[in-house]
Amino acid sequence: MLNVLKNRFEQGCKTSKYPKASVQLLPRYRGRPQINSDAPAEVASACAAACPQEAIDPAAKTIDMGRCVFCGTCERIGKGQFVTFTQDFAISVAEKEHLITAGDLPDLAAHSRQHFKKLFGRSLQLRQVSAAGCNACEADLNVLATPFFDLARFGINFVASPRHADGIVVTGPISRNMKTALLQTFEATPEPRVVIAVGSCTLTGGPFRGSPEISTGLDSLLPVDLFIPGCPPHPMSNLHALLTFFK
Amino acid sequence: MTMNFKTISNGEAILIESIPHLSFDEFSAQAVEIVSGGGKVVQFFAFQVDDTMRFMAVLRTDVLLVAACNAPETYPALTIQCEPFHLFEREIAEQYGIRPEGHPWLKMVRYHANCRGVDDVFGNDYSEDIPGRYDYYSVSGDEIHEVAVGPVHAGVIEPGHFRFNCIGERVLNLEIQLGYQHRGAEDLLLNADRKRLPFIAENIAGDTSVGHSLCHAQAMEALSGTQTDEGAKIIRTVGFELERIANHVGDLGALSGDVAFLPPANYCGRMRGDFLNMSLLLCGNRFGKGLVRPGGVRFPMNDDNRRDLSARISELKPQVKHTIDLLFSTSSVRSRFEGCGTVSRSDAEKMGLVGPAGRACGLAYDVRRCFTSERYDYLHIPENAESTGDVYARAKIRADEVMQSIGIIEILLSRPVETEIIDVAEMVLAPDSFVVTLNEAWRGELSHCILTDSQGNIRRYKVKDPSFHNWNGLSMSLRDTGISDFPLNNKSYNLSYCGFDL
Repeated sequence: MLNVLKNRFEQGCKTSKYPKASVQLLPRYRGRPQINSDAPAEVASACAAACPQEAIDPAAKTIDMGRCVFCGTCERIGKGQFVTFTQDFAISVAEKEHLITAGDLPDLAAHSRQHFKKLFGRSLQLRQVSAAGCNACEADLNVLATPFFDLARFGINFVASPRHADGIVVTGPISRNMKTALLQTFEATPEPRVVIAVGSCTLTGGPFRGSPEISTGLDSLLPVDLFIPGCPPHPMSNLHALLTFFK
Repeated sequence: MTMNFKTISNGEAILIESIPHLSFDEFSAQAVEIVSGGGKVVQFFAFQVDDTMRFMAVLRTDVLLVAACNAPETYPALTIQCEPFHLFEREIAEQYGIRPEGHPWLKMVRYHANCRGVDDVFGNDYSEDIPGRYDYYSVSGDEIHEVAVGPVHAGVIEPGHFRFNCIGERVLNLEIQLGYQHRGAEDLLLNADRKRLPFIAENIAGDTSVGHSLCHAQAMEALSGTQTDEGAKIIRTVGFELERIANHVGDLGALSGDVAFLPPANYCGRMRGDFLNMSLLLCGNRFGKGLVRPGGVRFPMNDDNRRDLSARISELKPQVKHTIDLLFSTSSVRSRFEGCGTVSRSDAEKMGLVGPAGRACGLAYDVRRCFTSERYDYLHIPENAESTGDVYARAKIRADEVMQSIGIIEILLSRPVETEIIDVAEMVLAPDSFVVTLNEAWRGELSHCILTDSQGNIRRYKVKDPSFHNWNGLSMSLRDTGISDFPLNNKSYNLSYCGFDL
């Protein structure tokens, strides 16, 4: 017993003050990409050519955050002249076309559905479905339940059954072998329900795009309400998206 | 019998023609003899050269051994004589439609059509959902009942199907069906643009990103004759050990939660995040994605980074130590951990368990000690073997390794590190060559194998995640164990679904 108390004092209180206080992530974190539209065309083309995800359109001078894995290759190839990755983790969007960006994202709160806020603003129960995710997105959703993020203090929980859920959170590129189970989980969730797509794989197939064993994105199978890009999205991105969209 | 298998080194590229090409009978007899005599299977797979199919086996005793042979369309299963080939033969049957006659449990592995378009060994046409035409193993009797769990689980974890045959609360047999995560990673590594390969490799299993990208990088470096500087090796080793610590700490917390002892469950959850943040500090990604690339690393570790990391380690080390002490000194935890889900050493040998799961059964093998790479030849890796094979042993090994890995990182951070950072290395791979790389990921022996063709293109890319060996260990742990102890046993292994499913 004494040991338990000693440990308790050593650990202290670690829960983040977010969203009342802002959170600064570490310097090498790569968040929202910002495009410099004045960059020379050859720099833009070099960045596009080096991108392993073919996420950059050098003519339109945009980057597709749904494809991007935030590796930072373009930033380094272009020496920051064309793309830079900011520290901003607020990168989620409500419409798929908003993923293709030059850096300015629409205000997520303004785009969230008002009836969702009314229905789920005080209590949101989510069922997570991993559909061929690599366990990184899953892990950074799971971490929201740890004392630092403490998702439950906002009335948001991950629940064990779709019958108890207000929506599903999908990760992974949706393999052929997982498609039926995913659709059945969706069907088993009572309406009105929300669908949240988390991570580059779920949005576009991510690093596995082009494989015949996976889908081209969750929105090709289900109506998606909220897109959270990243590989994986930082837990703060997930938290920001959930709070801004539903609160 | 003269032994024709060739001795090779971890991460050494050799010409395919220098690999002994045996007759199938010789190959089969010698492979069985080596493994029956205490050897282990590292890789056993099929590949195609022009129109002929071939087998290749990489085995280990205290050295690595390799040989190849022409593959018959059907052949007498090696598993009949020697159990460790069991899952490898099923995988070959699924990938290439080559039938191992007399295989005791010829069941599909990941549920996909074979790549040659020949008749399906399992009689599936893949129009139905998984498991197709397969009937799960069943037990009958008055008091028998079945519990089916998954593929969608109660927690935030990957999908898989678990079928328990129980008598009352006692599990007679647990059958595990995976394959839901199959993304076609091996084929994609073969066909995708070269610049995408490191990204595919590091996403094979996101909780082992550094491990998979390390195996990939070492293989590409060997085939292209690229030398990695010492600084990059240090940074890669730090990243690899951080990955180990984060996962072990997280799992110790989950184990604690599963026996309803909540303080360590919460502390470990938070501290795991602190270790993930050290990876973020190093490379901007909490899972070490983007850190390792063929040729070196993408991020330097300057003196500020070193000081910052060291300060974080010094702050966390006593907290981790005290939390582990609290966990293992609590009698209610010990009474649940001890004797739960025991696997005998002889079963572990037959299944070829690796990593902490194997070490918990007394198999001391650790790639970091036995087939060193990166900076491990300068580091002392102790023999972490326990003998009891239960949840306690698996948890204890992981706890010991956490403290050892913290020690390793402290050593590596003690001196300045200089490296030339790599973004995209243009690599020309040696033609008609072969390389196998092994690393001790946090779950155990991880291995990638690449064969190139006459143009230096990748002819075959074979990945083996440690979970490929260890899932059957979980099944064995559940034999004669209360079904309510499944979560506890599952956490003690915490195996990879996507690493297995590829």
